[in-house]
Amino acid sequence: MSISVGYYPGCSGSGTSVEYDKSTRAVCKKLGIELTEIDDWSCCGSTPAHTVDHTLSAALSARNLVLAAKQGQEEVVTPCPSCLANLRTASHKIEDEAYRPKVEALLDDSCESAATVASTLQLIVEKVGLDAIKKAVVKPLKDLNVACYYGCIMNRPPELMQFDDPENPMAMDKIMEACGATVLPFPLKVECCGAAAGMPKKEIVTELSGRLLNVADSLNTEIIVTACPLCQMNLDLRQGQVNRANGTGYDIPVVYFTQLLGLALGLSADEVGLSKLVVDPTPRLRFAGVL
Amino acid sequence: METIPLNSPDKDFIREVQERSGQNVQSCYQCGNCTAGCPYNFAYDVSVSRIMRLVQLGQREAVLKSHSIWLCATCQSCTTRCPNSIEVAKIMDVLRHMAREAGYATERNVKAFGDAFLESVEKHGRVYELGVTASYVKKTGRFWTDVDLAPAMLPKNKLSIKPHEIRGKEHVAEIFKRYRERDAAKENR
Ligand code: SF4
Ligand code: SF4
Repeated sequence: MSISVGYYPGCSGSGTSVEYDKSTRAVCKKLGIELTEIDDWSCCGSTPAHTVDHTLSAALSARNLVLAAKQGQEEVVTPCPSCLANLRTASHKIEDEAYRPKVEALLDDSCESAATVASTLQLIVEKVGLDAIKKAVVKPLKDLNVACYYGCIMNRPPELMQFDDPENPMAMDKIMEACGATVLPFPLKVECCGAAAGMPKKEIVTELSGRLLNVADSLNTEIIVTACPLCQMNLDLRQGQVNRANGTGYDIPVVYFTQLLGLALGLSADEVGLSKLVVDPTPRLRFAGVL
Repeated sequence: METIPLNSPDKDFIREVQERSGQNVQSCYQCGNCTAGCPYNFAYDVSVSRIMRLVQLGQREAVLKSHSIWLCATCQSCTTRCPNSIEVAKIMDVLRHMAREAGYATERNVKAFGDAFLESVEKHGRVYELGVTASYVKKTGRFWTDVDLAPAMLPKNKLSIKPHEIRGKEHVAEIFKRYRERDAAKENR
């Protein structure tokens, strides 16, 4: 099986979420997916752009979809849900013939041909499939209790994302099960972690991420599995801040699903960037015999 | 709950919110689902369903001066759960656009962070995380409130000390330039 798609890493992929980018590329390679990075891609504008103006946001995102099409890619995948939401929204706007000229006016280019976009999570679940993953597992994650946390926008709003269940998504749960892990029924799968409020309004993050950690802890979660750079950063890097604000003492590793999937597929700790995580998952992984 | 004195309805305000969001605000029947699921409600001064009601009543000032519209994280819970399929999160976004245009920014730091982020994109074509932090600190005159993260962060070597410049950064800068020209043209109409 060979799958070939364009790849949009997103800005955090070369900064705060390097390990997500690294493990995504490594896992895809292992699963026979060829990712071709869009040459000279630019920032999608993230949350700040759409809070300022919808056409500006669409133009910043559309630049990448148009670029990808010019480079011969019909479909682009991105690991980041925030990039995905922006790129998808832009796609919808340029498919709308009444709206397209507004975007083209800012872009100063035609948006007639543009690539479509999906998440790497969707690509892996739908195009590779759970059976193929099961067959490729060489290091089962048995004896590992994980909670999968999707974050608020991977599946919402459903009309836009068109993937999985908006209230009870299962894609990561199923991948982790296919890898042999015990997946806990985490009730806050799609609740918000505090998103980008970390810098301007830290108390929002310590409250909302605190709730997530409380519930994960009450389920005896050994590892929280995420698919979003912002969620991962709030729960992992800011876990100390959350603890200090709430008087808790959690020490729960928070990893990207591609990191655990990669380990199960036989990639090394280094190949999935484990050392980049703040709360060290290696003791639990060793105990479970994965490392 | 704080009481909000009602002014006579500003019909232009209602019309503008509807046009810019493409949503029919009158179809809201105040069930409160959006507020029940809003993770930011604990930090809001006006709940999201109340914002909807105030928009229906044409209360421009009360809405555009609320803190809530700046705190909303576009988590899409309200949009997903509204029984009338109102894209509530889109309305919150549009209200923020209108507040910006009216010169209101009740959450200065949130606005400063967004501005710092976009300036970085305009300058480099991609976001330069350290640059955003520095510029945010400068805009708000605040001490970096995340210094306590440094011991965890620095050894991970994640933050590049140089921006990632792209070849097409002029193209990105031009998108911003045309956007500003478009807005200036609108105002002069
Ligand atoms: S969920 Fe929809 S109908 Fe109910 S209060 Fe909110 S906006 Fe109105
Ligand atoms: S999108 Fe905004 S208003 Fe709606 S539920 Fe989320 S934070 Fe609340």
